[in-house]
Amino acid sequence: MREADEARHAAERVARDSYGRLVAYLSARTRDLAGAEDALGEAFATALRIWPIEGVPQNPDAWLLTVARRRQTDQLRRRGTQRAGEPTLMLLADETAEGGDDGDIPDRRLGLMFACAHPAIERGLRAPLILQTLLGFNAIDIAAAFLIPPATMGQRLVRAKTRLRDAGIPFAIPPRAEMAERLEAVLDAVYAIYGKGWSEWEEDGKESMAGEAIWLGQLLARLLPDAPEALGLVALMGFAEARRPARRTADGAYVPLEAQDVALWNDSLIRQANDALRQANGVGLSGRYQLEAAIQSAHVHRRLTGNDTWPAITALYAHLVRLTGSPVAQLNHAAALAHTEGAEAALAAIAPLSDDRRMQSYQPYWATLGHLHAEAGHRAEAHEALTVAMGLATDPAVRAYLQQKRRALPAD
Amino acid sequence: MRYMMLIHHDEAALAAAPQQQLWQDYAAFNEALTKANGESGIRLEPSSKATTVRMRMDNTEVLDGPHIDAKEQLAGYFFVDAETPEDAVAWAKRCPSSRYGSIEIRPVYIPPAGGWK
Repeated sequence: MREADEARHAAERVARDSYGRLVAYLSARTRDLAGAEDALGEAFATALRIWPIEGVPQNPDAWLLTVARRRQTDQLRRRGTQRAGEPTLMLLADETAEGGDDGDIPDRRLGLMFACAHPAIERGLRAPLILQTLLGFNAIDIAAAFLIPPATMGQRLVRAKTRLRDAGIPFAIPPRAEMAERLEAVLDAVYAIYGKGWSEWEEDGKESMAGEAIWLGQLLARLLPDAPEALGLVALMGFAEARRPARRTADGAYVPLEAQDVALWNDSLIRQANDALRQANGVGLSGRYQLEAAIQSAHVHRRLTGNDTWPAITALYAHLVRLTGSPVAQLNHAAALAHTEGAEAALAAIAPLSDDRRMQSYQPYWATLGHLHAEAGHRAEAHEALTVAMGLATDPAVRAYLQQKRRALPAD
Repeated sequence: MRYMMLIHHDEAALAAAPQQQLWQDYAAFNEALTKANGESGIRLEPSSKATTVRMRMDNTEVLDGPHIDAKEQLAGYFFVDAETPEDAVAWAKRCPSSRYGSIEIRPVYIPPAGGWK
């Protein structure tokens, strides 16, 4: 029984630490993700059967890899198509070139991430694909996080993997000329995973998604030390994560940044985020994530020291608007302007967004509009905008907060 | 894509809900629906006021009550224009009735080019 437990623990440990590494390695040549996952799944099942009897091997990764490769070769042979011969030969060549099964397994995860976030893969499916292939999440958990029916998510993932296999998409780091754009897609997917653990805060099981996203970001930053944007993303997620404990009161009420108890912030996460940001700034060139991390750093600094960092925040948002043209950046820029030039100036800056269809169903747009109108003394407009924001809120804590703000408006 | 959002209520659960908060939430939801989506929804009288009509051969049956005698009954509907199915799910989540029943999301049929089949 003890051995059985030990074997299971060893398999679980390997699953967590090395699942993505093994899938990436097994699929690097064949580009057959589903086949790699099946082979690895069978290898794990075999391990759970054999290890309790024969003991856990010294190098569990290498053991699993050997069994999985044998399964993979069987799969190819079973399929018996003409195409099968080529990958088999490549697999054999691979084995010889890399000195068999005893050495360290080369890390191909970066190539796999670039494949998952390839332009040929639908944008909304990139994050789910990374969750499944690199972290071993099952389709049911991914579906729950992305609010998609489980069967639909399963089908989409299968189709995406077929596409990766058949469309000749390389599982590799892209050439320099394509690097910036392709890396942005990878980072966006990782940030989307983080967002699942953040905005849906009230639901169980989502916090672990945030942890996985941070882990992926750190992996990217480690594998791509020359990419300031990867570090920027790590810093951005770090600042957000550091504030998590202060985002809600004990009974679950929403607490805006300005009212958060900074004693609840996680100092060591803030330090790490600031380090990552400094490192990114040292490498150079400002991208979206680096700028957003700098903005968060300025917010944190203001709340911790009382120094007015709003002019810096306004300038950084203006830069972000120029860089991305994003309406969300425009909205945040306007909100920051309220602190440097007053509510009327902010309302003037926000006015062009009233024609943007995406903003009409974006809850923070209406909440900001309501806040600015309230500050400028436009009671009726504030009431209307806060009501729309309440109607658009999907988080009950946010809805209750907005209702409280609406109640606090002065009477006519 | 245009979606019809069908609201099914558990009428007992709805009656037991804190009414004032519920209708405040509904007022906000309708305001958002009108402002952000262009049109508000329709609320129906309770299913006890329904009449169901069926033609079988040459006989017309007119029956009291809803088509299906289920715990959750059709109570209203609204339309949304959503770019993705996920956006439609977000609208369903916003609808206060999702807390006391179910919202069924149905894409509106678009006839294929060349006419009805």
